[in-house]
Amino acid sequence: MTSTTPKGKSGWPIRLIAVILLATASDALLSYQVSQWAYGWLPVPASTAAPYVDDLFSLEVGIGAFIFFGCTGFILWSVLFNRAEKYDESDGLPIEGNNTLEVTWTVIPFIIVMILAYQAIHVSETLSALGPKVKYDVEGGLSPDTAVVTGVRADIGPIDVIARQWSWEFIYPNGVHSSELHLPLDQRANFRMSSEDVIHGFFVPAFRLKQDIVPGSVISYSITPTREGRYRLRDSQFSGAYFSQNQTDVVVESEDVFNAWLKQSAANPLVPGLSPGTALYNERLAKGNKGWATVPPAPPPMVNDPGNPDAPHDA
Amino acid sequence: MTTTKYDPRVLKAPHPVPGAPDNWKRFFTFNTDAKVIGIQYMGLSLFFLLVGGLLAMVMRGELITPPSDLVDPTVYNGLYTMHGTVMLFLFLFPILNGFNNLLIPTMIGAPDMAFPKVNAAAFWLVPVFAVVLLSSFFVPGGPASAGWWSYPPVSIQNPLGHFLNGEFLWILAVALSGISSIMGAINFVTTIIRMRAPGMGFFRMPVFVWTAWAAQTLQLVGLPALTGGAIMLLFDLSFGTSFFRPEGGGDPVLYQHFFWFYSHPAVYVMVLPVFGIFSELITVYSRKPLFGYKFVAIASFIITFLGLIVWVHHMFYSGTPQWMRNIFIVTTMLIAVPTGVKVFAWLGTLWGGKIRLTTPMLFVLGGVVNFILGGITGIMLGTAPVDIHVGNTYFVVAHFHYVIFNTIGFGIFAGIYHWFPKFTGRMYYEGLGKIHFVLTFIGATLNWLPMHWAGLYGMPRRVASYDPEFAIWNVIASIGAFMLGVASIPFILNIVSSWARGAKASANPWNAIGLEWLLPSPPPAENFEDDVPTVISEPYGYGLGKPLVKDEEYYIRRSMEA
Repeated sequence: MTSTTPKGKSGWPIRLIAVILLATASDALLSYQVSQWAYGWLPVPASTAAPYVDDLFSLEVGIGAFIFFGCTGFILWSVLFNRAEKYDESDGLPIEGNNTLEVTWTVIPFIIVMILAYQAIHVSETLSALGPKVKYDVEGGLSPDTAVVTGVRADIGPIDVIARQWSWEFIYPNGVHSSELHLPLDQRANFRMSSEDVIHGFFVPAFRLKQDIVPGSVISYSITPTREGRYRLRDSQFSGAYFSQNQTDVVVESEDVFNAWLKQSAANPLVPGLSPGTALYNERLAKGNKGWATVPPAPPPMVNDPGNPDAPHDA
Repeated sequence: MTTTKYDPRVLKAPHPVPGAPDNWKRFFTFNTDAKVIGIQYMGLSLFFLLVGGLLAMVMRGELITPPSDLVDPTVYNGLYTMHGTVMLFLFLFPILNGFNNLLIPTMIGAPDMAFPKVNAAAFWLVPVFAVVLLSSFFVPGGPASAGWWSYPPVSIQNPLGHFLNGEFLWILAVALSGISSIMGAINFVTTIIRMRAPGMGFFRMPVFVWTAWAAQTLQLVGLPALTGGAIMLLFDLSFGTSFFRPEGGGDPVLYQHFFWFYSHPAVYVMVLPVFGIFSELITVYSRKPLFGYKFVAIASFIITFLGLIVWVHHMFYSGTPQWMRNIFIVTTMLIAVPTGVKVFAWLGTLWGGKIRLTTPMLFVLGGVVNFILGGITGIMLGTAPVDIHVGNTYFVVAHFHYVIFNTIGFGIFAGIYHWFPKFTGRMYYEGLGKIHFVLTFIGATLNWLPMHWAGLYGMPRRVASYDPEFAIWNVIASIGAFMLGVASIPFILNIVSSWARGAKASANPWNAIGLEWLLPSPPPAENFEDDVPTVISEPYGYGLGKPLVKDEEYYIRRSMEA
């Protein structure tokens, strides 16, 4: 590669070094502040997994902000101070390359991204230990009970999580069926997830947890909630016409309240559960079935607790 | 340095096609002139930019309020599926093929593409599959509504049971698009390898040619996977096979591997030529050689290679085992290095330059700034724990559009303005161009920046309705989308009125260095015809005082007198 080094003044360019140091320090301070703000951009953390994800996100925001402000600041500076005068048709300084600089700006990003990759793998494996996930393929007709090894370290479960177009159903070991997911605080819950039709996504933003539920497979998954409250569970994988309605709540409560709910629910009769897609589909039929073709919603699950979709949620 | 060992004139084709009109009507013929085909691609794709944009504005109209109250949810799903498909297959790929047709032969001194008739056939497949795709609006059941990624089992659900349905037409259109793209890729790669002007070794090629070459190589390797997956999907949909159908023992996740093996690299197919455009324009409007030219050129092929081994990061939460996540975290992270090399090279080029803030340069700088942000969020999506939280949320929509529109789209606008005088022979109106840039930059920022926060807070993508806590971000996004719609008005006005009545362009209005600027504006049918210049130095010799070609004065004079 051709290198053209402009002839400059001898000695250290003190002023330039001072400007670069000042700019770098300002960039670092601002980026650190942004990385702290980043915690506030996420929903309340409500599981043992959440702090690890939040810390990794904050680190990435900090590094990203440093690069973004550094690069855009440089562009802005160039645009302000390296503008050609009107009618100036001359060329700029013909610097074609600088091997040292090019190697440096290849090696430094390499080191940064490898540090990030190492940290991401470390956090990912920590999350796997906190909430192990195993996917089992289920042959036709084989019961998930016989195919799936559930989390032996779980305090509660396995809770069957059944996804359909477009409803959620949760079945507890004592036989309680619910449209909302109730979990006791600080206890490790094990789920046995399955889908009866298409791919659905089990997504609780407050838990920083997302898992596709693939038909033909059963997923054994564990999580430990750490904050009492009511959180949204959303279908994250596009599942058809009423996909956006396919939401319910996860209620995290103290062990006593949870046990009371479980006991009370067991005594309740089965009623049609939450299935907002069904209501919309019926409205559509009443209007003469206007719109493009759709799969009719599965019948609402029969549950002991239909839940309360209108209750305010924390996140 | 390598030199060509063949006579580029050997592969030339007769132009224009005998009997073809020599006026605007030639754009509606099976013309084999690459420049005509380039403009055909560009005109058609800009039309579909408007179509895709209108679909997007209906969607943003729906999303300006939380409930699903403007269109039925099934209609919404059809609209966003067609928006994605139109934008990718009828706007982005075709318009980049337009640039390739206009620029590759002229930049390397070739009279035309290696296979002119294949080139014309590849173009005419585009309106054919456009008709196939858009006709799905009129079949029973409406158009495909399983998203542009078309994951089974949703995509193989066929509620009405008709053989001819929207999804069937969607798969057919995608397959035709793939055939067209492969025809184009073979042509571009052959042309670059075999038809360079005498003296133009690989390291004397402009970076745009390098990036186009890398991108088209990616097409050749990746597209067969998508096409194979699409054919299997068609069999599952129409003939009841069970490649991906779980109740028959198929695996829906297998489709995701086929799909993403191509569709992640597809982003590089689109963004690499735009990196080429950025590199070309930053040198011209900074009046400096491209800093680290060889690093930038080689980085294109490193991106191509790495781009093929990152696809599983789209599937971190699809049941992917931990060991596989770890591998794909590392490969995804690595791709930041060659892309970073390019960004730093552009910054190095700006340093100490004589910067001119023309409309193309504004779009380039805006595109680079947006790409830095899109790249950073891309790194976040490569780290599994963060991706598991933000994947399939509006954070991904924001990231994707920062790359697809705010980077690639900006690069396309920059390229159109920059080479407009060369290929139309007319100057554009600078004032209208700047209004277009300002409206586009503000609109795009309002549209996609807030989506990052909506996604971080847990708003899933692809929804027709959402919880009220996401309303504020969506209102801002919708205002931005409508502003982008308004921004297209000065652009259309500029292009149409400039082409009709703009000032005559000289051969080299930007005082740029490159073979295409040694041709008259617009260039004649076979570019340099039998008088191909011999390249004697590297590109981007700004300030170096070295001629690009032997007898440069002669070619300059000839281009000005034409």
